[in-house]
Amino acid sequence: MKVVVCVKQVASLGDEVEFTEDERDVDPDFLDYALNEWDAYATEEALRLTEASGGEVVVVSVGPEDAEDSMRRCLAMGADRGIRIHSEETLDPIQVARALAEVVQAESPDLVFTGVQSADAVQAATGTALAELLDLPRVAVVTKIELGDGKATVNRELEGGLIDVAEVDTPALLTIQTGINEPRYATLRAIKQAEQKEIEVRQLGDVGEAAYRVRKMFVPPKGEGAEMLNGSPADVAARIKEIVEERKA
Amino acid sequence: VSTVVVAEHLRGEVRPVTLELITAAKELGDPVTVVVIAKDPAAATGQVNVDGVDEIVTVQVEQEEFENDVYQQAVEQLIAEHRPKTVLLGFTVNSMGYAPALAAKLGLGFASDVFSIDAQASGLVVERAFYGSKIHAEVEFPGHDQVLLLLRPTAWAPADGAGSAEIRDFPAPAGESRAKHKEFVEVATGDVDITTADFLLSVGRGIGDKENLPQFEELAGKMGATLSVSRPIVDQGWMPNSRQVGQSGKTVKPKVYLALGISGAVQHLAGMKTSGTIIAVNSDPEAAIFNVAHYGAVVDLFEVAEELEKLY
Repeated sequence: MKVVVCVKQVASLGDEVEFTEDERDVDPDFLDYALNEWDAYATEEALRLTEASGGEVVVVSVGPEDAEDSMRRCLAMGADRGIRIHSEETLDPIQVARALAEVVQAESPDLVFTGVQSADAVQAATGTALAELLDLPRVAVVTKIELGDGKATVNRELEGGLIDVAEVDTPALLTIQTGINEPRYATLRAIKQAEQKEIEVRQLGDVGEAAYRVRKMFVPPKGEGAEMLNGSPADVAARIKEIVEERKA
Repeated sequence: VSTVVVAEHLRGEVRPVTLELITAAKELGDPVTVVVIAKDPAAATGQVNVDGVDEIVTVQVEQEEFENDVYQQAVEQLIAEHRPKTVLLGFTVNSMGYAPALAAKLGLGFASDVFSIDAQASGLVVERAFYGSKIHAEVEFPGHDQVLLLLRPTAWAPADGAGSAEIRDFPAPAGESRAKHKEFVEVATGDVDITTADFLLSVGRGIGDKENLPQFEELAGKMGATLSVSRPIVDQGWMPNSRQVGQSGKTVKPKVYLALGISGAVQHLAGMKTSGTIIAVNSDPEAAIFNVAHYGAVVDLFEVAEELEKLY
């Protein structure tokens, strides 16, 4: 069995923020990068399935050379090899799906996994868009997978935690929710070994028109604003006690 | 030219987000069409026939519950026939299963988790968040005549008032459904009902380690609070999901909500932002939870917890 896991290296804000000249994004100097949390769960799930039945896990990502750091983490967890589609630009999720489609198709996987969403853009769109381009059945927000013959029974996690048990034809694309498993930590030895694993680099093809364009990014105005409690931890605790007693009554 | 809203329903009930979408649709100023895709559409049409809806299109299908292929095909047919300028769906688990596919297939303008929309002369401009909700962005759709938006639940007030929409049937799609609904499984209720508590002490990722959890359980006990948690604590298996506050957990509205080490992901805020008094303690001054909190403190949560222990 072959599982392709599409992963993303995501950005988070440090303590301070400045914007690029055109104000359309955060200045990269103010961003920290890491493997998207959802994608660690997707990688773990792929490893569990292939370890149970034999097979291969291929990690695919769209991004600059630095994105290989996150791919290496997946390889250190146990994925067999990686393919990075080179892009320096920020793409929207539909464009990312277009960038991935041909590469994933060529792998003829039995299953394709993506995370439900990325922590930095939170569009929850790449996986389902990719399924469409690959003409694959798909289920979004999956918290359990049981493989059958030509189909899989999966749990789809709805709002309020209600579970929709669905049966999906395979091959299929599933977007994986956090909590589906406990992603393993890579041992130092595995991290070392992962350095030897192959990451093939492909050029970005035509990704089409952007689905949207950021006109301007800004730090949101604080709401009515919380009244900030200052002072020592003891002062803060004393104020919290007062507020609780007054408001709980 | 119109705005199409796709109704969402579960076990025979139209979900609240549908009425919120109608409010947003009215803001755009174009005629509003609501699509109901259901085995028994008549049961839902009454629930969405509210003031401001011009037309309700019903699509009768075999499936009682949501299946993504069915919705995708039905909405695709409707877009082809109706040529709407804007299509509005909830930013929900169901929408995640088919909306991006439509956007990819039809080349629509697309954005999700949108919490504000503005039909400007130069085109539609919407707002959404990036980078863990710490940054907001104005987003536009140059080159797209048709835009599909997934709107953040609870960002608009539900539409109400009796409506007088014209109702018409639309043929069901002929394609197959490759991912079929089998059954629903309820969340285990657990030992405590956090939705009825007056005072919740809620902990999140900031507590760091499972070994730290008992001290907060103890503190909650001393303070007379019920312990609840945010999603990461449940994901790691430290607490059952019956204790989880947020979109995929419980929606709570206690008199006092004391959040320790919770940064305030959108999905979490959706589950607690209407609490009577919200007190948030977080070491990150930019944490999104401070945007909904009434009182905030930027301080180490363990130090505050230790001091609270002494006071009770």
